[in-house]
Amino acid sequence: MKIHEYQGKEIFRKFGVAVPRGILAHTPEEAEKAAAELGTKVTVVKAQIHAGGRGLGGGVKLAKSPAEAKALAGQILGMMLKTHQTGPEGQEVRQVYIEEGLDIARELYLGMTLDRDSSRITLMASSEGGVEIEEVATKHPEKIFKRSVDPVVGLADFQARDLAFALGLAGPSVGKFVKFAQALYRAYVETDASLAEINPLVVLKSGDVVALDAKVNFDDNALFRHKDLAALRDPHEEDPNEAKAHEYDLAYITLNGNIGCMVNGAGLAMATMDTIKLVGGFPANFLDVGGGATAAKVTAAFKLILADPKVKAVLVNIFGGIMKCDVIAEGIVAAAKEVKLAVPLVVRLEGTNVDAGKRILKESGLPIVAADNLRDAAEKAVAASKTVS
Amino acid sequence: MSILVNENTKLLVQGITGSAGSFHAKQMLEYGTNVVAGVTPGKGGEVFEGKVPVFNTVGEAVEKTGANASIVYVPPPFAADSILEAADAGIPFIIAITEGIPVNDMVKVKRALAGRPVRLLGPNCPGIITPGAKCKIGIMPGFIHQPGRIGVVSRSGTLTYEAVYQLTQLGLGQSTAVGIGGDPVNGTDFVDVLRLFNADPDTDAVIMIGEIGGGAEERAAEYIKAEFKKPVAGFIAGQSAPEGKRMGHAGAIISGGKGTAKAKIAALEAAGVLMAASPAELGTTLKQAIAK
Repeated sequence: MKIHEYQGKEIFRKFGVAVPRGILAHTPEEAEKAAAELGTKVTVVKAQIHAGGRGLGGGVKLAKSPAEAKALAGQILGMMLKTHQTGPEGQEVRQVYIEEGLDIARELYLGMTLDRDSSRITLMASSEGGVEIEEVATKHPEKIFKRSVDPVVGLADFQARDLAFALGLAGPSVGKFVKFAQALYRAYVETDASLAEINPLVVLKSGDVVALDAKVNFDDNALFRHKDLAALRDPHEEDPNEAKAHEYDLAYITLNGNIGCMVNGAGLAMATMDTIKLVGGFPANFLDVGGGATAAKVTAAFKLILADPKVKAVLVNIFGGIMKCDVIAEGIVAAAKEVKLAVPLVVRLEGTNVDAGKRILKESGLPIVAADNLRDAAEKAVAASKTVS
Repeated sequence: MSILVNENTKLLVQGITGSAGSFHAKQMLEYGTNVVAGVTPGKGGEVFEGKVPVFNTVGEAVEKTGANASIVYVPPPFAADSILEAADAGIPFIIAITEGIPVNDMVKVKRALAGRPVRLLGPNCPGIITPGAKCKIGIMPGFIHQPGRIGVVSRSGTLTYEAVYQLTQLGLGQSTAVGIGGDPVNGTDFVDVLRLFNADPDTDAVIMIGEIGGGAEERAAEYIKAEFKKPVAGFIAGQSAPEGKRMGHAGAIISGGKGTAKAKIAALEAAGVLMAASPAELGTTLKQAIAK
């Protein structure tokens, strides 16, 4: 789960990770008041959307007075902010974060995430702050320093110190970096984060080390023990269909094609998308109904697929193991009748109670195209999608 | 005649009285698996299905029944603890089915199991089955399997069934089918399983199914190139997946250009693995790999 920068910074503050002072604003007037309250010569007006690259998209501006902060907030609030992560239509800005201006001496990068190869949380630091870290990783891998953390010991002083020296820090900034990194590690572990990225991490002229940005993601699987963090979810930032899928506990991702897919199992769902592409079509979505889907869940999944106006055909691919094919078939028939299905439906069923499932589909009187295997199903769905204008 | 599990496997079911645990324990018993004990804290003394004694602790279950493998159906908040309990009781092979265990819990579990004589399969996996020994440990539908001489190893549950079913239809069957699971931090990986298949005189060839995310398939390719002596057919799911979107499995994500299907397919092909264009051709691709 993703959260906003200002929410990430609130969490950081709680764990003793140094962040600038800042105030959230929803209107230009609130922005002006916030800038006046912060009282620094310069304030920064920052669009709050989940996507990265906000600065380049025009969502982060410097204000030299509260009046200018108000004017800038007026421009930014309500804009469709386009960045390399938002997609071509952009994301609406509904709130801005007003932050104090700081005397910056250096910009660095610090990130923390799971390293799958070592199965440990890993710190990544770079002297190249403020730029895309993936770019640094490809062009200058020698400028990225990594330390993996033993979960029993935690982030050791010497590891953080190593990184500080590698980054070229000196004097009191070394100790401040160590304190910063350890607070960040505690925040990461105690909130069950899956990513904590600070770009840039700045060293001030005073020697202080401060998080100028905060990108924090949480492990969805751990939200059950963090009700407070789960409440930070912002449905405005999510694709409406994906948000609805979340309600039904369905794994759903919107894609750009025109063939809707309903599959059980993540691997088979991906493979179904792949096969559609292989035979010349494009999937409209990824949808895994899971291992223990009920008829009601299948109906919900069906409605979700058909809510996408791009969908010109639907492909259902179920390998019934725990899931019984007759239950799936009943769900399909009920849903198709309820939503008055207007596009071709191709169904491939295999596994437990497959004959009963096929019989239910056949006797339903619905124009369902039966398929024998995955490739056959994909070919039939692609062909069918071309018959609908 | 198989790897990891056989007719000598005495299975313990952790979470046997829960809804998933009881359903699958029954299925495993019906298939012929030797289920010797169950564990649910607080329900010790009960008897499951009239024949399987239930204990409060894994330690007691092992002592009384000699269980040598344990399957974990415990819900995500408590699953990591259950794995640790099984390891502490000396169970040498733990199969964790539970989907949705917090990653940080698994980071700790993996650290705790390091250097100990215990093998973990999963979590978030369908389990393992040796049809020739009537030993099914997991959630896979038993009836699609058939004793044979092909090994299957996969990160995806339903794609494993797809491969297994095709092998059965082609009359080839399976020696052992292993689901290693789709989580970013898990126990047994492709290389571990391939090593075992390499040494198993009753496995002639292998189907390997990977998916996007991580570097496990690339490591498997290196191993196959260096040491593996048997024909391998493969498939990688997620060739059409966009970057930055998690495809259901916690581990199935392309991030920072890493873990793409393209790179994995290239690595496996370079190692001599014959790749299927779609999972519908897994069985026939394996036949070609054997004929090569």
